[in-house]
Amino acid sequence: MNDARAPSIDVSGLPSFAFSHRSPMWWGTLGMMAIEGTVFALTVATYFYLRSHSDTWPMTARPPDLLWGTLNTAIMLLSAVPNHLAKRAGERYDVPGVRLWIIVGLVFGLAFIAVRVMEFAALNVRWDSNAYGSVVWTLLGLHTVHMVTDWADTLVLGVLFFTGPLEGKRFVDVSENSMYWYFVVWTWLPIYLVIYWGARAL
Amino acid sequence: MDRPLVEPPARGSDAPRLKDGPPPGSAEARALDETWADPPGFFGWFCPVNHKTIAKRFIVTTLAFFAAGGLLAAVMRAQLSRPENNLVGPDMYNQLFTMHGTTMMFLFAVPVMQTVATYMLPLMLGTRNVAFPRMNAYAYWIFLFGGLMLYIAFFFNTGPDAGWFAYVPLSGPQFAPGKRVDFWAQMITFTEMSALVEAIVIITTIFKFRAPGMTLNRLPLFAWSMLVTSFMVLFAMPAVMLASTALIMDRLIGTHFYNPAEGGDALLWQHLFWFFGHPEVYLIFIPGLGFLSAIIPTFARRPIFGYTAMVLSLIATAFLSFGLWVHHMFATNLPELGKGFFTAVSMLIAIPSAIQIYCWLATLWTGRLNLKTPLLFVLAFFFILVLGGMTGLMLASVPLDLQVHDTYFVVAHLHYVLIGGAVFPLFGAFYYWFPKFSGRMMSEGLGRWSFWLMFIGFNLAFFPMHLLGLHGMPRRVYTYQAGMGWDNLNLASTIGAYTLALGIFLSLVNAIRSARSGEPAPADPWGGGTLEWATASPPATCNFHRVPVVYGRDPVWEPPPPGAPAYVSGLAADSREQLVTTVLDALPDHRISYPTPSPWPFLSAVATTILFVGSIFTPWAIVWGSVIVAVPLVGWFWPTRREAAEHMALEKQP
Repeated sequence: MNDARAPSIDVSGLPSFAFSHRSPMWWGTLGMMAIEGTVFALTVATYFYLRSHSDTWPMTARPPDLLWGTLNTAIMLLSAVPNHLAKRAGERYDVPGVRLWIIVGLVFGLAFIAVRVMEFAALNVRWDSNAYGSVVWTLLGLHTVHMVTDWADTLVLGVLFFTGPLEGKRFVDVSENSMYWYFVVWTWLPIYLVIYWGARAL
Repeated sequence: MDRPLVEPPARGSDAPRLKDGPPPGSAEARALDETWADPPGFFGWFCPVNHKTIAKRFIVTTLAFFAAGGLLAAVMRAQLSRPENNLVGPDMYNQLFTMHGTTMMFLFAVPVMQTVATYMLPLMLGTRNVAFPRMNAYAYWIFLFGGLMLYIAFFFNTGPDAGWFAYVPLSGPQFAPGKRVDFWAQMITFTEMSALVEAIVIITTIFKFRAPGMTLNRLPLFAWSMLVTSFMVLFAMPAVMLASTALIMDRLIGTHFYNPAEGGDALLWQHLFWFFGHPEVYLIFIPGLGFLSAIIPTFARRPIFGYTAMVLSLIATAFLSFGLWVHHMFATNLPELGKGFFTAVSMLIAIPSAIQIYCWLATLWTGRLNLKTPLLFVLAFFFILVLGGMTGLMLASVPLDLQVHDTYFVVAHLHYVLIGGAVFPLFGAFYYWFPKFSGRMMSEGLGRWSFWLMFIGFNLAFFPMHLLGLHGMPRRVYTYQAGMGWDNLNLASTIGAYTLALGIFLSLVNAIRSARSGEPAPADPWGGGTLEWATASPPATCNFHRVPVVYGRDPVWEPPPPGAPAYVSGLAADSREQLVTTVLDALPDHRISYPTPSPWPFLSAVATTILFVGSIFTPWAIVWGSVIVAVPLVGWFWPTRREAAEHMALEKQP
């Protein structure tokens, strides 16, 4: 291995960034999603554990009102559209496209954070009323934390696309930011079913 | 489409760049040393991102906590050395055993394994730094602050006192008023966050930063063990974070997760805790297996026997370890049929463990043994762990478990498993890799003294506990009456514990003396086969001046065939640039620019600490703390124009 004249693999011509699973950042994001997905799954398991130990459910409370939660599910699903377009713009190195669709995505984000406030008000229980209240507040709270942090991340990335300095890997960031946005949207669906229908079904 | 990016390359792109490839001693190699170095000076001390710098601090920190946890144990053993002793009272004793268990499990055993990995893996894999080096630094700082917080609380007589698994209702608001358990719960948040970040760092390093040619099928077994461990961390640690967060919310904002009066359930804690807690045992044990698989081939002077079986056994152990948690709960009112399932899985996990033990024995049997200190620690593993495994099989059966539940039999078992399965291999690994860390050999003579004192002391300390448990002595009592027949066994145990401590102290003396004046170590003092032995001791700041190309499982023993490329060239030498390879086959894929030293991880960790500690005193800390945390995180992310220009000069679109 110490022969100075031994042949070598010259990597200077390789690209300096790559999308999807070729990027280390993609694996890091996937790891975060695995951790947070596990937290959601365990909280849902806690919900059903407590439910199985109670004769009445949702204990002494009324089930949450369906309006705001269902509306928010629709808003979140719709936000997948600008999210997808931002991802595609990023993968085409289309700076104006990234700017546009990130802004549209942020508007959707503001909408679902605002509706989320109404959702808390429509839970019809407090976190300190009983164990049912504790677990639904925790579940909704956990998801809200992800919503807010993802919105703030997207805002910072969006501002960077207006101010610079930009480089190739920022387009990879756009792509992975969109992947994480999908995570926040897709994990909402089971959580929605648990919070709104777990208190009604069966 | 040619160059649609907003920033044009600002400077430097026209100058001829230094590229790596020339051997050590060349101008390019000197440039690499400088490029990958951490900044000097007082402010530089808060900014390092080199994995070796962070890992050295991290190892010293975990060993300091190990020593602190050992001192707590020494006080407990002194208290129990004779009946009706009054060296410490019951309240202090509760804090002592809680702090001891908490320290050893959360501040020593898991992090020390991860941190040895963050030192060794880039060297074993043939790369220049870990993935996400700033995250790695952040993980260190929050770990340090979380551990210090717990000990500061302890010195102010606010040490947790509900046991290291903090069962409710004892740890709940009704029976544990004050802040003691709150500090414990937040210590969990700190350390588990650190461990989760490190798991992502380790997984990504192993998947994306291996030297070309190191296919997954050639991955060193130590790296396999850390890969498996890190995946377990991802799925196990969230359980304890959720459990402790629910506990602190029950205590501080009036939720009722564990309060039966309002529909909560005390056993929920045990389920969530042990869903983490049993995998936790394997998080400590599997890296120990990795140390063995690194040490044994070197000292048997042959490649490992049964590589594929070893890898599959590691993965099987990891899966099974998630199906064992209820065997900690046999004394609760769960359905008997369910307990039967957990007994079966607990027995089943012996099979992959046994496969590995037979593979190591086959390697040793057919090798030419080089009986140095690291191998002594490995051989002790076989003796101690097998005994611990035997009592494990006993505890896994419900009727026997009910007899000895909460007695010293369990204390004996868990120390046989954890010290035999993890601490002895860790000491072996420390002696094995010390020349790589420090560039100097440790003394064999002192090493043997240390080993024999530890081995004899350990068995003298913990074997009598089996008998004490069978004689009915409960764990966690601060004293016992004379005439129970426990006096002599307890005295023997105390003598053993102090012998063990002396043995460990000798290794400390050995390490300090050797670091100053030990015999200088060559690159490969033991004749090992993995890549860390292909670079200097201690390694250059960039680990390898020329990233090697790998042709076998033991690259040092299997050099490149004539005419085949032996190394990589063409990465920048005057800018931090890393080669990224593909996940399965480790084919060169792309180059990436790497983060430079930065104070942001430190500042972010300080902000995180303010949030976590603040939330012990007011729930509003979550709100204003988030703002305090957001500021350094944005600073961390935000690129400077100079960095961006440097990256642009090296940029090439896919």
